[in-house]
Amino acid sequence: MMDSGKIHRRKQASQNFVFTLFTLMSASIVLVLFVILGFIVIRGLPAISWDFLTKMPEDGMTKGGIYPAIIGTFCLMLGSMIFAFPIGIMSGIYVHEYTKDGILKRFMKAMTNNLAGIPSIVFGLFGMSLFVNDLHFGDSILAGSLTLGLLVLPVVIRTTEESLKAIDNSFRVGSYALGATKLQTIRKVVLPMSLPNIITGLILSIGRISGETAPILFTVAAYFLPKLPHSIFDQVMALPYHLYVISTSGTNIVESRKMAYGTALVLVLIVLILNLLANVLRRYFGKKVKMN
Amino acid sequence: MKTSFQRFIEKFVEGLLFLSGTITSFAVILIVLFLFKEGWGLFNETPVEKGSVIALNKSNPVQELTAQQIKNIFDRKITNWKEVGGNKDSIIVFSVNDISNYYSDAELGDSLQFVPQRISELMGKKTGIIAFFPTEYISKNFQGRILAMKKVTLTGFIKDKEWFPTAQPAAQLGILPLILGTLWVSLVAILIALPFGLATAVYIAEIADARVGKILKPVIELLAGIPSVVYGFFGLIVIVPLVQKTFNLPVGETGLSGSLVLAIMALPTIITISEDAIRNTPRAMKEASLALGATHWQTIYKVIVPYSISGISAATILGIGRAMGETMAVLMVTGNAAIIPHSILVPMRTIPATIAAELGESAHGGLHYKALFALGCVLFVMTLVINLTVDLISARRKYSK
Repeated sequence: MMDSGKIHRRKQASQNFVFTLFTLMSASIVLVLFVILGFIVIRGLPAISWDFLTKMPEDGMTKGGIYPAIIGTFCLMLGSMIFAFPIGIMSGIYVHEYTKDGILKRFMKAMTNNLAGIPSIVFGLFGMSLFVNDLHFGDSILAGSLTLGLLVLPVVIRTTEESLKAIDNSFRVGSYALGATKLQTIRKVVLPMSLPNIITGLILSIGRISGETAPILFTVAAYFLPKLPHSIFDQVMALPYHLYVISTSGTNIVESRKMAYGTALVLVLIVLILNLLANVLRRYFGKKVKMN
Repeated sequence: MKTSFQRFIEKFVEGLLFLSGTITSFAVILIVLFLFKEGWGLFNETPVEKGSVIALNKSNPVQELTAQQIKNIFDRKITNWKEVGGNKDSIIVFSVNDISNYYSDAELGDSLQFVPQRISELMGKKTGIIAFFPTEYISKNFQGRILAMKKVTLTGFIKDKEWFPTAQPAAQLGILPLILGTLWVSLVAILIALPFGLATAVYIAEIADARVGKILKPVIELLAGIPSVVYGFFGLIVIVPLVQKTFNLPVGETGLSGSLVLAIMALPTIITISEDAIRNTPRAMKEASLALGATHWQTIYKVIVPYSISGISAATILGIGRAMGETMAVLMVTGNAAIIPHSILVPMRTIPATIAAELGESAHGGLHYKALFALGCVLFVMTLVINLTVDLISARRKYSK
């Protein structure tokens, strides 16, 4: 009895040790996130002012603001949303609601996976080759939005699929039993129920679009262009590319460092706000569904 | 009651949805097509840019030179024809700008109209000459012999050790240093990220309260949401000086700096996928282990981890794939020296960083442009192999269940 008690205690001690270690390691990840965010917020806040957000860059990008880059990034976000969201959602609906388990479904899923696995710089190469050169869009919002839209498409499709998967099959069967057609069932029952989840996923994907740099390098982003775009065939500045430029290759890196902190903060804020929104929506809809 | 109009709408919408469903397949095929169309063109080119030629004296027995030999000759590292398989004769390097060393202005003509003729003369006179000049200077009865250049080969592209695509007269197109740089940076990144990622996955799935897990989820989501360029910026300002100081290096922009940044970026992928795998362990197995008197920790590492090992390896491989394709953060912190790395503490250059840094400077459709697309093809194939491996692992996991 003595012996087994000892063994038990030793086992318990090693478990306590490992669990403490794992807790600390998880905590260190949270710490890393807070260090990164804290660093950018603390250094970036002094740079942010109304002028910074609404003025054109001046003096080799060491003074003035980042207004055109903000507008450019919003144009690109909007453009790729218009392209990717409808097609992505429709594609997700088709794969989940219409295809039966079999070769077609597996093939479509595999292709979506493949597209998701392609590195972002390869999207940039493709966008440059097809949209900019072969279709003669030139460096333009159109070319950039299409490239970014393609990049985010797999995310949209998967989000839609996952959300549809979460809807219990009894709802579909119930709807059919009442005489509804497949389309009516999807439109009136399945989609409204999965919409909250889809929207949450889409909001997160917008954040991803706002920060991508590699795909826009050769399709739309301008190094320095202190004016606003007039059409979808214009070049624009974009926040992530602007941050890259002023932190690595500006004319005066020391002078533009403050601008870089400010730009990084704006980028992080966009992502933070979108993430927060997604989480709030998730909670809100989560409660609502439970109450029903 | 279904009217025929309703039936038509149903079919129409289904068709529309089907078309949308094919878009990813269509996109993948298009990407492959365009990438390889531009990239494959590289292997129809010679390392000497179109519009220029390399010429020798007619009596010179040397029939062909590699891009590397040409570079060494023009860098004066090879000075005798014997070293490249010719006669014992010292090499005279000549490019167009050197013409005034041989001829006076009067001999070249007021508007340089006699230059082609003079080059031709010179080619005939000097037996050890090697000349590099634009094709427009080839005169009618040219007295030299234009060196036939071998095309760029796939094996040379992958095996050669020097990447200098803008080198004159012959571009150096060896991507071995870039491949090795990519592998070093991403593998070390995963080595750093894996222990932390796994510990966190186990913590969230098995150890933590549901409430703590609910706090960690958004943290990981946010970690995945921060743009790569922001990670690069953070790395440039915080991690690069830190690495430089800690290891007492001349420069902080090293492979290790890139690996550290990539490790943070790979964490969300590793955590979410392994957590899923761990959660999928059947409850019966866990409870059987606990009922036999095993502690929770023993159950975790003797039952749960072995059961979910395929999911965990999928997470790891996927993490490597993400790290290999990452562009901006790596571009900003690894120093981008295209040399074959022998330790993680030297500057390195990865494939995506090379494309991002150089595509803007390359002329559309030129040799350099094609070389970068070929580089994109190599990257695509590397990530495709990784994705297929992951697909295979998860397919087998489903099957075994």
